[in-house]
Amino acid sequence: MWQKLIQLQTFPAQLFPGGDSLSWIFQIIFTLLFIVFVFYGQRIQMYILVREIEGSLLRLKFIRDEGRKIALKTIKEVGKPEVDPSERVDQFLEYVTIPPESMDPAGIVWKLEHVLDVREDRFKDEVKLMAPAADETDVNNLENTLEAAAALNIIYKVIRHFYILGKKTLSLYIIMQIQMILPLIMREAEAYASALKAFSYGQPIGDGAGALVAAKLMHEHRKKKIEKDCVVAKIPLEGRTAFVIKAEGPGGNVGKPGEAIKRVVEENNGKISTIIMIDAALKLEGEKPGEVAEGVGAAIGGPGTEQYKIEESIQEHKIPINAVIIKEDIGDAVSPMRKEIFDATEVALDRVKRVIKEKTKEGDTIIIAGIGNTIGVGQ
Amino acid sequence: MGQEIETPARRVSSIVYIVIIVVLALSLSALYQAYEMFQIGDPTMGYYLLIGFIGLALSTYMLLQTRRRMKRFTLETPPITTTIICSKCGLKNVRKFERGDFILKEIGPCTKCEGTLTISAIYRELKEKAKQEKIFT
Repeated sequence: MWQKLIQLQTFPAQLFPGGDSLSWIFQIIFTLLFIVFVFYGQRIQMYILVREIEGSLLRLKFIRDEGRKIALKTIKEVGKPEVDPSERVDQFLEYVTIPPESMDPAGIVWKLEHVLDVREDRFKDEVKLMAPAADETDVNNLENTLEAAAALNIIYKVIRHFYILGKKTLSLYIIMQIQMILPLIMREAEAYASALKAFSYGQPIGDGAGALVAAKLMHEHRKKKIEKDCVVAKIPLEGRTAFVIKAEGPGGNVGKPGEAIKRVVEENNGKISTIIMIDAALKLEGEKPGEVAEGVGAAIGGPGTEQYKIEESIQEHKIPINAVIIKEDIGDAVSPMRKEIFDATEVALDRVKRVIKEKTKEGDTIIIAGIGNTIGVGQ
Repeated sequence: MGQEIETPARRVSSIVYIVIIVVLALSLSALYQAYEMFQIGDPTMGYYLLIGFIGLALSTYMLLQTRRRMKRFTLETPPITTTIICSKCGLKNVRKFERGDFILKEIGPCTKCEGTLTISAIYRELKEKAKQEKIFT
């Protein structure tokens, strides 16, 4: 018996000669770990990634739910509905917009514009039904709030889709794809969360920097409504006549500046010396928020329909187009306006005046268009 | 304005806590063993010391991880300020943003002169969290 026990004790030492009992324990542990990592390494890596996505997904869910709560609270506060709007809000968050077919791209701009117009009208009607006591400004702000909540809802659902799909299929590549873009998605979701607050309170956002420059120019001048949700003011500026265009504030609204520019150009028979567009633009990492840059071309974002109209119009009449952009990141663009961006509007205004002096002569007629969401900015 | 919205803390399984406590206890006992061996001059003391420290590091890491998981989610809303200026006498008033405020809104007559008070600015001031990258400016 004792003999057998001694043999059993010395057996590992025979396997790993020259070591004591502890060293063979370590040897076995390391060998086991090696085998485990050879066969299950990828799976272990996947579980780590899944856990990481799970954490972000929880945060996304929290942001999504918070967005819904904020939207509901604002509708109840501002719109004073007689019935509980929860069900309608939930339906709104699930709305889909189907873009036109692009196999034959001829005329797609107008098709897309039509779909977007229908979408906007439908959204506004829904908001009016949800919040009957809301005025025009509140309707615009509520629409923006709900759109931000809907964006958060879709982000959460897409990430959840890939998370579940990855777990179901045990595919490392599905999981890895989503994990790699997760930091950018989280940044976007956080930006929308800030936007929700800004929209619900009607605060100016970073994207409205261009509209703010135009508002400063047209303040205390006669304004008239032009095209969809835009205003224009004819002002004297540096000895020239300037038509200043912006979306009508202070409700959350981008208007149709392309349509407005086209109309002003046509009303003046194409006799426009230059068009200056001011807009917020995405900055690169390392650039300071609120940096102002100049360039040429139509400074306007969105689905492209307005840019197309402007380019068509200026090409027809050979009108030079200049751009002044205020740089900011996606978070700044949709969250309440930062002081640096607010201060940058003064710099942009000076640049606009400099461009006018350098590129046009006294007595010329010019167009200045402030692009962006004019929420929280009057005129 | 300026408040934070919090979620309830996430629960961590009690089994995880038991595992952490067991690992912690074992590593402490290994360290004690190492101390005893050191006193009698046993050369295998090093192994126990190694096991003890690895166990201690592991349990501390696991504990920190569970604490991090329990951290509550927050949605920060920075304070927004509204600046009101009299266009005539330049009287300036800065206050917190209120619903209904918008830039270029006329608030009413000035308290000092016959001018009109107008909202001239609405913005948020950010305190930079991260240190600016100064090498590649």
